[in-house]
Amino acid sequence: MSQTQQTPLTYARITEDVVRMVDKPSKKWWALFLPTVALVGLGATCFFYQVATGLGVAGYRHPVFWGVYITDFVFWVGIAHSGTLISAILYLFRARFRMSIYRIAEAMTVFAVLTAGLFPIIHLGRPWNFLWLIPYPNSRELWINFKSPLVWDVFAVSTYLTVSSLFFVIGMIPDIAAIRDKVKEVPRKIIYSVLSFGWKGSNREWLHYTRAYLYFAALATPLVLSVHSVVSWDFAMGNVPGWHTTIFPPYFVAGAIFSGLAMVITLTIPIRKIFHLEDYITLDNYDGMAKLIILTSCIVGYAYAAEFFMAWYSGSPYEWGQFVYRATGEYALFYWTMVICNCVVPISLWWEKVRKNIKALFVISILINIGMWFERFNIIVISLSRDFEPGAWGIYKISFVEAGITIGSFAWFFMFFLLFVKTLPAVSIAEMKEILPVPKKGG
Amino acid sequence: MSQGVVGIYSYQDSVLSAVEKLKEAGYRNMRVFSPFPDHEIEAAVDLPESPVRFFTLFGGLLGATCGIGFTVLTSSSWPIAVSAKPIVSILPYMVIVFELTVLFGALSTFLGLIINSLIRDRTPVRLYDERFSDDKFGVAVICEKEKLGAVEAILNSTGAEEIKFDEA
Repeated sequence: MSQTQQTPLTYARITEDVVRMVDKPSKKWWALFLPTVALVGLGATCFFYQVATGLGVAGYRHPVFWGVYITDFVFWVGIAHSGTLISAILYLFRARFRMSIYRIAEAMTVFAVLTAGLFPIIHLGRPWNFLWLIPYPNSRELWINFKSPLVWDVFAVSTYLTVSSLFFVIGMIPDIAAIRDKVKEVPRKIIYSVLSFGWKGSNREWLHYTRAYLYFAALATPLVLSVHSVVSWDFAMGNVPGWHTTIFPPYFVAGAIFSGLAMVITLTIPIRKIFHLEDYITLDNYDGMAKLIILTSCIVGYAYAAEFFMAWYSGSPYEWGQFVYRATGEYALFYWTMVICNCVVPISLWWEKVRKNIKALFVISILINIGMWFERFNIIVISLSRDFEPGAWGIYKISFVEAGITIGSFAWFFMFFLLFVKTLPAVSIAEMKEILPVPKKGG
Repeated sequence: MSQGVVGIYSYQDSVLSAVEKLKEAGYRNMRVFSPFPDHEIEAAVDLPESPVRFFTLFGGLLGATCGIGFTVLTSSSWPIAVSAKPIVSILPYMVIVFELTVLFGALSTFLGLIINSLIRDRTPVRLYDERFSDDKFGVAVICEKEKLGAVEAILNSTGAEEIKFDEA
């Protein structure tokens, strides 16, 4: 049952509704935007305090030297995944429920990669040395080590940022042209004219555009699968119990899509309400996303079980010890939070009533994101805190500096997102028009 | 000297019949405007396949070549054994090769889009109407000045609601 079209959508109404979204910001918008700027300030202050004082102010203690920052990095790269899933993979599969939400998901991708990219730099004791990861020869003419997963990561994440930004920009060209043709004020008209690349919507432009979009989707699809696989190799290539496993790439990719879809739901629900987009982002769209969440939740749940099974089946006491420790040791609360949020809570989505209940979806999506953050924390921190040598075991505690920077990163992400919904077309005008029945004189 | 005329339409089937009649009358240099990509219009105008695909292909191949060259040549220029792997280890390098293939492929696709739509198949600004990005369709024909009247008659006969001439 579809709840759309109480007031029928027309071409003119779609343009009008989207142009209204990029109008002057309301008080509500400022009330959301200003706190995010303040929290970005908090994060920045914590970062500069850390740079001035040294990495000791982060919670790093022997043997855990990859902590919350790397957790945040993996979390945000994961969030970035569903954008390209929705815009590229579902495009290739011609899934119609993507039409109204894909722009928001793409924006989310770009901003999440921007956020993720900060963390490897924050994680460095001397952040100005991050240049060493860029492939150029050092003073002895030795190049970077292309066999290192960390270098693969630099290539994967920077390629992903470039390609997803281009995909985002290309997708917006016709819609920005529609806004350009509607706005009256001269400065805005100039800005939108430049951003629309002189788009006129002629059949030849559409021909090149649709082909370019198709090839972009075809390139972005394997890319999105590669990026989180590469991120997972940062761990799987290391000989640490709990990390050194071949299940990691599919496990990470499924987890990334799982958390990314949850984030799309978390973001679109308030936007739908504030901008009255009920006719665009319909309950059927949420239903489609919730079904994908069920699928990815099952994969993630299977991966948790498979990890345990393989730890036992391998006969390695270190592997088995690690997994027993995860479920019963000092970090057991984090482990069971992850299991409940990622495997138990999504079971409720098997019921259609829940999939189409906005309030329930909002709560579930937030719980999933909490669960996925803990998943990354569990993989990274618990594995490091207990490896082979009992004499070297240790406990890691999150410091206030790390918490401040993490909160700042969420604010940084939402700040860009709020700027986006107020300045660029958050719903695809052209694609929404494409799914309406074409006006014909002959009926 | 060639000039242009554009007819503005509300209905897609009128546009399709205008395109058919213009093609029958031998007018090939036309632009059909629509607020969204319309497959029926694309089929009616029947242009050759877009060359953007060659940009994607060559970009991807160039990326792969650069990826192989970059990793193999830099590691051979100072042979130092790391990670217990051979100096030139193809498998780990495949990650770099793959990423550069996608990166160069995507960048050149973007370039192909810009070059083909904005430079090669540029549409004269004066033929454009701001309603084309909203809810109207348009059929524009670029032809000799003497033929403008005949084109106008075809546009009128197929239900154009308004006709504008390129005054240049």
